[in-house]
Amino acid sequence: MGADIVGELIDYQLRVNGHEHDVADGWLGESLLYVLRERLGLPGSKNACEQGECGSCSVLMDGRLVCSCMVLAASAVGAEIVTVEGLSPGYNELSDIQAAFLAEGGVQCGFCTPGFVVSVHDLLEHNPDPTELEVREAVSGNLCRCTGYGRILAAVRAAQETRQG
Amino acid sequence: MTVVVPACLEEAFEAFDKCPDAQLLAGGTDFMVEVNFALRRPPAVVCLRKVEELKGWRLEGGEVVLGAGITYAELMGPQLGDLVPCLAQASRTVGSPQIRNAGTLGGNLGTASPAGDSLPVLAALDAKIIVASKNGRRSLGFDELIVGPKRTTLGPGEVIVEIRVPAALGSQEFLKVGTRNAMVIAVASVALVVDWAGRSVRCALGSVGPVVIRARDAEKFISSRIDWTGRELTGDDDLAEFTALVRSAARPIDDHRSTADYRRHAVGVCAQRALGRILANHGGGAWEQTSWAS
Amino acid sequence: MSTALDIRRGRIGESAARPDGVPKVRGEFAFSSDLFSEGMLWGHIVRSPYPAAAIRGVDVSEALRIPGVRAALTSDDVPGRKTYGLDYPDQPVFAWDVVRYMGEPVAAVAAVHPETARRAAAAIIVDYAPTEPLTDPVVAADAEPIHPLGNVLHRQRVRTGDPDARGTVVVEGRYETGMQDQAQMGPESGLAIPAEDGGVDLYIATQWLHIDQEQMAACLALPLEKVRLHLAGVGGSFGAREDLSMQVQICLLALRTGRPVKMVYSREESFLGHVHRHPAVMWYRHHADADGRLVKVEARIILDGGAYLSTSTAVTMNAACMAPGPYRVPNAVVEAVAVRTNNPPCGAMRGFGSVQVCFAHEAQMDKLAAALGIDPVELRLRNALKSGDSLITGQTLRGTAPVAEVIRTCAAAPLPAGGPVTATELELPGGAGRTADRDSVRRGVGFAVSIKNLMYGGGFDDYSSARCRLEDGVATITCAAVEVGQGFVTLVQQIAREVLGVVDVVLAPPGTADIGSAGSTSASRQTWMSGGAVQQACLAVRERLLTSIASRHGLAREALEIVEGRIVSLDREVDLPISEAAPGEVLEETAEFHHAPTAELDADGQGDAFVSFAFAAHRAVVDVDLELGLVRVVEIATSQDVGRVLNPVQLVGQLEGGIAQGVGLAVMEEIVLDHGRVRNPSFTDYVIPTALDMPPVHIAALIEEPEPGSPMGAKGAGEPPMISSMAAVVAAIRDATGLELPRAPVRPQDIALARPGQGPVAGSSPITQEVSP
Repeated sequence: MGADIVGELIDYQLRVNGHEHDVADGWLGESLLYVLRERLGLPGSKNACEQGECGSCSVLMDGRLVCSCMVLAASAVGAEIVTVEGLSPGYNELSDIQAAFLAEGGVQCGFCTPGFVVSVHDLLEHNPDPTELEVREAVSGNLCRCTGYGRILAAVRAAQETRQG
Repeated sequence: MTVVVPACLEEAFEAFDKCPDAQLLAGGTDFMVEVNFALRRPPAVVCLRKVEELKGWRLEGGEVVLGAGITYAELMGPQLGDLVPCLAQASRTVGSPQIRNAGTLGGNLGTASPAGDSLPVLAALDAKIIVASKNGRRSLGFDELIVGPKRTTLGPGEVIVEIRVPAALGSQEFLKVGTRNAMVIAVASVALVVDWAGRSVRCALGSVGPVVIRARDAEKFISSRIDWTGRELTGDDDLAEFTALVRSAARPIDDHRSTADYRRHAVGVCAQRALGRILANHGGGAWEQTSWAS
Repeated sequence: MSTALDIRRGRIGESAARPDGVPKVRGEFAFSSDLFSEGMLWGHIVRSPYPAAAIRGVDVSEALRIPGVRAALTSDDVPGRKTYGLDYPDQPVFAWDVVRYMGEPVAAVAAVHPETARRAAAAIIVDYAPTEPLTDPVVAADAEPIHPLGNVLHRQRVRTGDPDARGTVVVEGRYETGMQDQAQMGPESGLAIPAEDGGVDLYIATQWLHIDQEQMAACLALPLEKVRLHLAGVGGSFGAREDLSMQVQICLLALRTGRPVKMVYSREESFLGHVHRHPAVMWYRHHADADGRLVKVEARIILDGGAYLSTSTAVTMNAACMAPGPYRVPNAVVEAVAVRTNNPPCGAMRGFGSVQVCFAHEAQMDKLAAALGIDPVELRLRNALKSGDSLITGQTLRGTAPVAEVIRTCAAAPLPAGGPVTATELELPGGAGRTADRDSVRRGVGFAVSIKNLMYGGGFDDYSSARCRLEDGVATITCAAVEVGQGFVTLVQQIAREVLGVVDVVLAPPGTADIGSAGSTSASRQTWMSGGAVQQACLAVRERLLTSIASRHGLAREALEIVEGRIVSLDREVDLPISEAAPGEVLEETAEFHHAPTAELDADGQGDAFVSFAFAAHRAVVDVDLELGLVRVVEIATSQDVGRVLNPVQLVGQLEGGIAQGVGLAVMEEIVLDHGRVRNPSFTDYVIPTALDMPPVHIAALIEEPEPGSPMGAKGAGEPPMISSMAAVVAAIRDATGLELPRAPVRPQDIALARPGQGPVAGSSPITQEVSP
């Protein structure tokens, strides 16, 4: 397959969710989103726009929330990458944020959900008790077309309260 | 060589030597859009995210020296928010938290979009942009760097390394008009700086021309109308005249985002409100801000 | 910190947890774009950049020479019918002689890597001769035909009463709504795997498996049993997936190459590659008496159907029939026509024709109220439909119609506290852009009410199928009803638990090979139709089970019932858990649920064409920066006629989600066209509300009057939230600005640059032609 791809092919390593992953014969222009999904078996991050306009591909890179579609995969060598898969605890278990999303009805089609889980995780790590406006601003880079955000905000509130109380 | 992530400028210049066709990658928020949509197929990439010389910022003799790799999120920090308030204000309007964590000031300059959010601020502050190559460094004024829509005078092998702006200069305001409250390309924007000590006003307009426009006639006029001791306008019609001059400086177009007429109107409203706000908050005397009812 | 999720609660009326929720939050749910098959190729469609052009030739030879390219196909390669369509097959799989819209497919390639496929697509040479596109819907009907079937897609007339009736007060207006896009997050995507029997298995996100299968089989020249569709995870829909997208193309590529083929649309392709909401131009004239009671409504509606038919017929019918809104109208002269243009094809989007007319009829009601000096809410109450009233189609409302209560409860909701003076910077219009000057910000309040017909009608015998299988206390339900996010899968479990008393309910993966059609996930129909089918199948299984247990114990069937998961007799002689009731036995029943028959409309649009209706009211509060024309929607309050609440949290999700789309259409969403070219096919420039744009939703009341004929008394709830929310927001902006604002979405320049004299008037442009027979 490698010989058939038109364009420069490269090999490199990425550190994702605490593990080293080898990428072999990758096309140099592949985004981190593409590599996560199509090469590393981590399709949790989603491809709703590939333009940095929807947040469905959100990951943490060296502790900062970014759109993985906006990261050239080969340039992320040496960075600590955390995806939604890395924020999910053991088999079939849920983090408090994930449980809150389900309990509060914050999941409909679910396409935006992984991006939101990562963004909310990042928010509550940096600001454990945000106001509603701060939550809205923190997730303003995550588009949802199904929920109208109401139940998502309720989920964040519930997770917040669980952590405070 | 394909994708290189140098740790310092010297390594970056070595990479360019080896591969003169290599393309520069900063935060990726413009670059990757083009790659993902097959508008750009780089033969090789020099990624700047680890270059030490581009990181952080420092104070140096009355100037804030910003590393070109500084992100919008970092520009919103409390210290920089005090030293360059309108840059912090502009940064908050960029994209989303995700974009603000990745996008860089150097990248915004390098892309040189007519709608780049930091650009009116840098123009109003008369920023000096330091560019480096293996042959040394040179300093460019804002107008010397950006000469057309998405056109800079950067040569091959050149990297923007620093942006120098005055520290805590006067009173500053940045206003941006967009059709929604996040992730929106500016339809019109204004950066206004009132330099009390220097007795001058700078007013830069974004998204209303092929490049950022300094409304120089408006600046000259209003600077002459401010009572610098009392920190107020001397004439009742001064604000209206200022606004009209700002509008005549704008060269907006119709496009799918907005109309020339609206952009011209909006940029005037924003300039007028920016000045009114500064005079109300930092001016002396009984300045009453009247509403601009049409 | 982790919490295991308890999934054991959950009957009808409870906020039962979604069965697909855990994989969704963990990022493990397989959407159609997540599918993988060993050795798969990537497909890519070549699309016309022109809205209208003749095709002189297509040359794929260059593309085939690129290493890694395995196939390049055009219309010549379609073995069966070369066109498809939901109502009539007028839309080409690949255009051949002529392209009729920007983005129309002309060819497709398959290659080993998506980048290779993109390069191959770029290497296909299509010799276009661009022609002048027909883009004005107002003149389209009389213009040169751009298709052999002509430019009129459908005409629907509704006339009742006396066409010459007059009122004491007359108000008129010309209204426009723009082209909205569904903008669902999950891009169109699928995976086609060629089968050994010469057929194909398609894993696809869609809205109706069986109608896709029917169309595909005709194009692929394969019998139905060789075209097997399996539902893949759907990332939202809202009408975008009702028509075929890539289904035929990737199956052709798979059958040609002998390898699995995956295709995922980019966001730009998604915007170009699915139907949109019909833009509308509407002329209305309302006559009323001095007390504000409606005497006559005249309306002429033109819907821009774009290049192909899609579902324009039904959209037109809905628009015409719902044209006056949820009010008693004794005399009506209405004509709606959908026309063909070289604009992008339009079809199903949540609301389906009623959104456009609601914008117009609610603006008219406000004009009437102003002309008469009557409170706008009071005016609506005076005219509100109730059970037993007739629509303008002559149909008597036999179901529930709590319109007055919907209006009253919504209007009575307390207004939000605060205002522009006390709002923080981020809460003012313009948000972080910091543009607002508090002195220039005005608050406005607007109110609107809507009617939506639920499900299909017009004589169409709609049905849904479901199978229930009970084995060792575990119920397995097979139903092809597509889950697009609305929560139907949750409801299935709730129904099975309710009827059978089981806890464990397994959902078999939906596919065409396993079960009959469940109809489309659209028209607010699945709860009624597929919920009904599931209920019927479960009831049949329950009946057989209880009959069998009863006879085993020599009891009458009536002596047994199911209580808390146990089969018990009245005297408790029989008392056993369901799981032990029929050990080793499998009880299986398949049901086909039909709704009560409807009739076709006659030449005057008269007939009992609809099954049921739902009503909703919305009140919007907005803050408007008058000089810049920027709008902040502060709050939306709503009441909705829901029949019965089956799952509270999921119902709230439908209301809030639909309202968000209404807010979007009111102030920011529009596909911008320039001579047929789409100028903004991206999320950068087709803007939908973010969390900073969407206001809180206050649910004033959920009116529960169980609907006769509905299996569980519930009415579909998906569409009503979309309809009057949009009209209410624009009404609120009118209240704040004093402007007529006859067009949605309202753009900043519509407010900021309004000419003097564009204030609210009793009549604007006259209807220039009387609606003629």
